[in-house]
Amino acid sequence: MLKIEARGYESKFWRYAAPILALVLTGATSGLIFAAMGRPPGLTVYTFLVTPLLQQDGFQALAVKAAPLIMMGVGLSLAYRANVWNIGTDGQFTLGAICGGGIALAFPDAPSRALFPAIVAGGFIGGMINGGLVAWLRIRFNANEILTSLMFAYICQYLLVYLVTGPWRDPEGFGFPQTALFSDTALAPRLIEDSNVHIGVLLAPLIAIAVWVMLEKSLLGFQFRVLGQATRAARFAGFSENRLVWVAMLISGGLAGLAGVLEATGTLGQLTTTLSPGYGFTAIIVAFLGRLNPIGVIPAGLLLALTYLGGDAAQINLGLPNAVTGIFQGILLFYLLGCDILLLNRIRWVLNKPKAA
Amino acid sequence: MTELAVAFLVSTVAAATPLLLAATGELVVEKVGVLNLGVEGMMLAGAIAGFATANETGVTTLGVLAALLAGTALALLFALVSLTLQANQTATGLALTIFGRGFSALLGAGYVGIPAPTLPKLHIPFLTDIPVLGPVVFGHDILVYLSFAILGVVAWCIRSTHLGLILRAVGDSHDAAHALGYAVVPIRYGAVAFGGALAGLAGAYMSLAYTPLWAQDMTAGRGWVAVALVTFAAWRPLWLLIGAWFFGALMYLSLYVQALGVAVPSALLSALPYIGTVVVLVLISRDRRLIRLHRPAMLGRPFQARA
Amino acid sequence: MNESTPSGPLLTMTGMTKQYPGCLANDHVSLTVERNQIHALLGENGAGKSTLVKMIYGVVKPDAGEIVWEGQQVSIPTPGAAQRLGIGMVFQHFSLFEALTVTENIALGLATAKERVGLRGRILQISTEYGLPLDPDRVVHDLSVGERQRIEIVRCLLQNPKLLIMDEPTSVLTPSEVQKLFVTLRRLASEGCSILYISHKLEEVRALCSAATIMRLGRNVARCAPAGKTVKQLAEIMINMDLRLPTPRPLVSGNAPARLVLDRLTIRSHNQFGTSLKDISLSIAGGEILGIAGIAGNGQSELIDGLSGEIPAGKPESVLIDGVAAGHMGPAERRRIRGCFVPEERNGHGAVTTMSLADNAFLSGYLRGALVRFGVIDKKRTLAFADDIIKRFDVRTTGPRAEARSLSGGNLQKFLVGREVLQDPGVLVINQPTWGVDAGAALAIHEAIMALAQGGAAVMIISQDLDEIFVLADRIAVIAGGRVSEPVATRSATVESIGRLMGGTSEDMVADSAVAHA
Repeated sequence: MLKIEARGYESKFWRYAAPILALVLTGATSGLIFAAMGRPPGLTVYTFLVTPLLQQDGFQALAVKAAPLIMMGVGLSLAYRANVWNIGTDGQFTLGAICGGGIALAFPDAPSRALFPAIVAGGFIGGMINGGLVAWLRIRFNANEILTSLMFAYICQYLLVYLVTGPWRDPEGFGFPQTALFSDTALAPRLIEDSNVHIGVLLAPLIAIAVWVMLEKSLLGFQFRVLGQATRAARFAGFSENRLVWVAMLISGGLAGLAGVLEATGTLGQLTTTLSPGYGFTAIIVAFLGRLNPIGVIPAGLLLALTYLGGDAAQINLGLPNAVTGIFQGILLFYLLGCDILLLNRIRWVLNKPKAA
Repeated sequence: MTELAVAFLVSTVAAATPLLLAATGELVVEKVGVLNLGVEGMMLAGAIAGFATANETGVTTLGVLAALLAGTALALLFALVSLTLQANQTATGLALTIFGRGFSALLGAGYVGIPAPTLPKLHIPFLTDIPVLGPVVFGHDILVYLSFAILGVVAWCIRSTHLGLILRAVGDSHDAAHALGYAVVPIRYGAVAFGGALAGLAGAYMSLAYTPLWAQDMTAGRGWVAVALVTFAAWRPLWLLIGAWFFGALMYLSLYVQALGVAVPSALLSALPYIGTVVVLVLISRDRRLIRLHRPAMLGRPFQARA
Repeated sequence: MNESTPSGPLLTMTGMTKQYPGCLANDHVSLTVERNQIHALLGENGAGKSTLVKMIYGVVKPDAGEIVWEGQQVSIPTPGAAQRLGIGMVFQHFSLFEALTVTENIALGLATAKERVGLRGRILQISTEYGLPLDPDRVVHDLSVGERQRIEIVRCLLQNPKLLIMDEPTSVLTPSEVQKLFVTLRRLASEGCSILYISHKLEEVRALCSAATIMRLGRNVARCAPAGKTVKQLAEIMINMDLRLPTPRPLVSGNAPARLVLDRLTIRSHNQFGTSLKDISLSIAGGEILGIAGIAGNGQSELIDGLSGEIPAGKPESVLIDGVAAGHMGPAERRRIRGCFVPEERNGHGAVTTMSLADNAFLSGYLRGALVRFGVIDKKRTLAFADDIIKRFDVRTTGPRAEARSLSGGNLQKFLVGREVLQDPGVLVINQPTWGVDAGAALAIHEAIMALAQGGAAVMIISQDLDEIFVLADRIAVIAGGRVSEPVATRSATVESIGRLMGGTSEDMVADSAVAHA
C-alpha cells in the first residue's frame, strides 16, 4: 500500500516541482476526460492550451485577459497568507467597475485626461468599500468572511443588474441591458495603438512586484507571514490581528476593484450585466498556483488566462462547451492542493508484511 | 387571503427543502470537525446527474439515486484531498465548488431548456383534501418528507446514540479520539460522504421538483446559504429547520413581491436572500459565547496521526 | 482483581526500536514488568519513555522488537488490542473531550455496548471504592486537572486491567493529591494490577516503586531497585553527568526599588475554558526573583498574557513597569519600556516553528534590537542578533537560517530565553522556564535567569516545578483559581506549606495569609 511519511522538513525541490507536477497531472486528466467524451484527447488539449497563442495577437489577448487575474491574485495571495479567506473578489471587482463606471457616466463630456485617474481611484475605492465591509463584519461581529464576502458578490451582481437594466440603462441602446459607451477620455490608455492592450497590462506586474517587496522586506509583510502561520505568536509579538485583517481586505478588495474598473474602461467601454466571467474563483486558483507569492502569481495569471482563451478556442474549433474551462480549473486546484503533501511528506510504496504469529 | 397563506406556506416549505437537506449534511460533516465548503458544487453535480438520469431513463427515482451518488462521489474527492492528502480544507472546498460548477455545466450543456419528469406530489385521499392543512402538510413530494425524516434521525443520532457520541468526540478532539483507538480519518470520510449524499439530494430536489429544468448554476448560491445555516443554527440540528424556513420564506417573498408588480426593482428583490444571509450571520456570530459553546473544536483543523 | 495464575513476568519487551524522521526515539529498548509490581520507567525529557509506552498501548507502531504478554508473543496494533489484553493507560496530556460529560468520556473508552450498560452507577461505585471522587454528569471543561486525571483512571479501572500505565501522573497534582494517588496505586498493585509508572521525579519513584528501568537518549542504561539508590545516584544515571545545581546568589537587599508592580490586576480569560485573574497585587524589586508556584490551569497562562500585554488590562495603573503605568499597553509598547516575556508554549506562541531562527529573533526583538529602518527589515542586523543568541547561549543548530522546528525542545527554549535576556530587560517574566527541557539546557537557563537578576532586573518565574522554584526564587507566591497568594521568603517556606496553598481554594488562601499576618 501507499504510505505517507513525514519528512520533518520542507522539501526545496517539491516547492517548485509540485505545481509543475499538478499541471502535468491536470493535462493528463483533462485528456482522459476528453477521451471519455469521445474527443481526440491530444488535439483537444492542444486546442485548449496552444491554439490561442498561435492566433493573430494571441499574446496580446493573453496579456489583457491575465491583467485582472494577476491583480486579484496578488491581493488574494496577501490575504490568504494572513488566513483571511476573501472569496468574494467577484463582488469587489463588480463594485469597483460600478463606482468607476459611475464616474465615467456622470461626466460624459469631461474634456481633460484628469477624468481617468478619478475613475481608477473610484474603482479602487469601490473595491475597498466592499472589502472593508467584510473586514468590519468580521472584526466587529465575528462574522465569517468566507460567507459574507461571497454573499456580497451575489449582492453586487444584482446591484449591477439593477443599475444596468434600470437607472443607468442607455436610452439609445434599444433596450439592451447595457449603459451608454464611455467617452474617450474615460477609457483606459492603450499601450499599443489600435489594440486592446491597456494600461492594466503594465500595472499588473508592477503591483505584483510592489506587493512582493512589501511582503518580503517590510515589517508589515513580516506581520502577515507570522499571522498566517501562528496567530498566537503574532499576538505575542504585538502585531494586531484586526489591523492586518483590515489591511488584507482593503488591499485585496481594492486590487479587485481596480481590476474591475480597468476591465470596464479598458476592454468593454461600458457596463453590462456580465462583467466578470468568473474571475473571482479563477483568481483563487491563480493565488494558489503562484504559491501565494506575488511574483509567482504573474505566470499563474497568464496560465489561467490561457484557459479562458482555450475554452473559447475549443468552443469555436471543436464545438465543446466552454464550461470545459471550469472543469480544467477545478481539477488544477485539486491537484495543486493534493501535490502539496509532497512538500512535507514522502510517499512510499510499502508491502504489508504478514506478522508471524 | 387563505389561498395566499396556503401558497405562501407551501412555497416556503418547497424553497426550504434543498437548504434543509444540504445543511443537515453539512452539519454532520462539521460535527466531526471537517469544513466542506464545496456544498454548492456537490448540489450542482447532484442537480445535473439527477436531471440527466431522469431525462434519459424517464424514471425520477433513478434520477434521485444518481444525484445521491454524484454528491457522494464529489464528497469523496474532497475527502481524499483534504483528509488523506491533508490539504487546507477551505481551499479544497473551494476547489470542489469550482469543479462542480464546471462539471455540471459541461454535462448539462445538452440539457438546457429540455423538460424532465417531475417528482410527483403526494396525494393522500381525504388528508390532502383538508382545506389549508391538507396542501400545507400532506401535499408535498416525497423528498420534502424525507428531508424532515433525515433531520429527525440525525438530531436523534447525534444527541442520543453511541455513534453520535463518537462523531461529537472526533469533532471535539481528534487527537484524544485517536489515542482511544477511534479511526479518525475513516469516520470523517463517512461523515463527508453522508454530507455529499445529502447535498446531491438537495440538487436533485432543485432540478426534479423545485424548478424541474436544468440551467447552468441553477442553485444560485443555495449551497453557500446552507453552509451559513449551520453556523446560524449553532450546530444544533433542530434549529436548521427554523433557518431553512426563514430563508425559504425570504426566497418566496422575493419572487412573490415581483409577481405582485410592486414598484421595487426585481434585481434588488433577488438580492434579498443574500442580504438576509449576511444579516443573520452577523446577528448569530456576535454572540461569541454561543458560537464557542457549540462550535466543534476541531472544525477545519488538519489531522495527522503520528504512528 | 484478576484470577489468572501468576507465573513468570506479566510483560517482557525486547529490542523495541522506533525511528522518527531525524530522531531515533527508541533503540533496542528492553523492559520487564513483574506481576503485582509498581515499576518505574525513568528518564529525562526526550529519553524515549513516552514512545516506549505508546508502543505498549498500540498508539505507536514499533519498527522492530518483540512483546511477550503473560508468556505469549503478541502484537499490539491498536489501543483496542491493548485494552483487550488488559492494558490501560493514563496519558500525560489527557485524552479527554472537553465538550463532553464525564460519563460520555468514559463511555468512549469502552469498546462494547455491554460494557456501557449501567455505566453511570459503576462510575460512582469505582470512584468511591478507590477514593477518586467524580460527578458523572459534569462537563469536562469545568473540571480541574486533578479531576480530569481521575476520569482517566476510572476509565481504565472499569476494564479490570492487569497493567496500568501512568505517564507523568503527578506533574499536575498538588503534593496532597499525590499522596492520595499513591494510596490508590498501592492498593491496585496489591489487588493484582501491575503499574508502569513513568516519571522523572526521583523522590516519588523511590517512595512508590519496587523496580526501575532507566532510559537515556532512546536506550536502556540501567535496571535497579530505586529504594537502594540515592536521588543523586539515580539522577546521575539518568542524565549521565554530575548533577550540578546553579551556584546560589547572594540574597537581595530588601530596599531596592520595585521594578514590576501589580495593583489589583483583574483580567477576563480569552480562552473558552480559561481561568480569569482576580485582584492580583504584588511587587518585584530590581535584582529579585519571584517564583509563582501552582498547578496547571490555575491562571498561569492568563497571568503571563496579562503581563506581556497580549490581554491588556482595563486600568493602566494595574501594571507598573519601572513606575510607568502599562496596563493598557500592548506587547510592543511594553517591550519599549524594557518588559520582556517568555511564554510557556514554544511552538506557535513563543516561536513560529516554520520560520528561521533569524525571523524568530526578529519576532520579539525588532523593537529593542532596532532591527527595522523606515518600515524595512534590516536583514544584516537581524542575522547578527540571532547569531549572537546562538553563540552566547550555546544553541545547537546549523545557524541563524535554520528553521525553528529543526531544534530540540531544550535548544529552542535556550534560544527563546536568550532572545529575551539579550534585549537587556528591566523586567523579565518566564512561564515554565524548563518545561520539557533536558537537564543540561535547564541548568543553562537557570544560570542565565540568575545572572540577569544579579544584573538588576526584576524576574518573575511561573512554574509547576516546585524544585525549580525553590532553587531560583527569593520569594514564592502561589497562584490558585486566578488569585495569587501573599509571597513568602523562600528560606521560611517548605514544600508542604506551599503545597497547601496550591491545593487551596481562595478562601483557604485568605485564611492562610490571615494567619501569616497574625
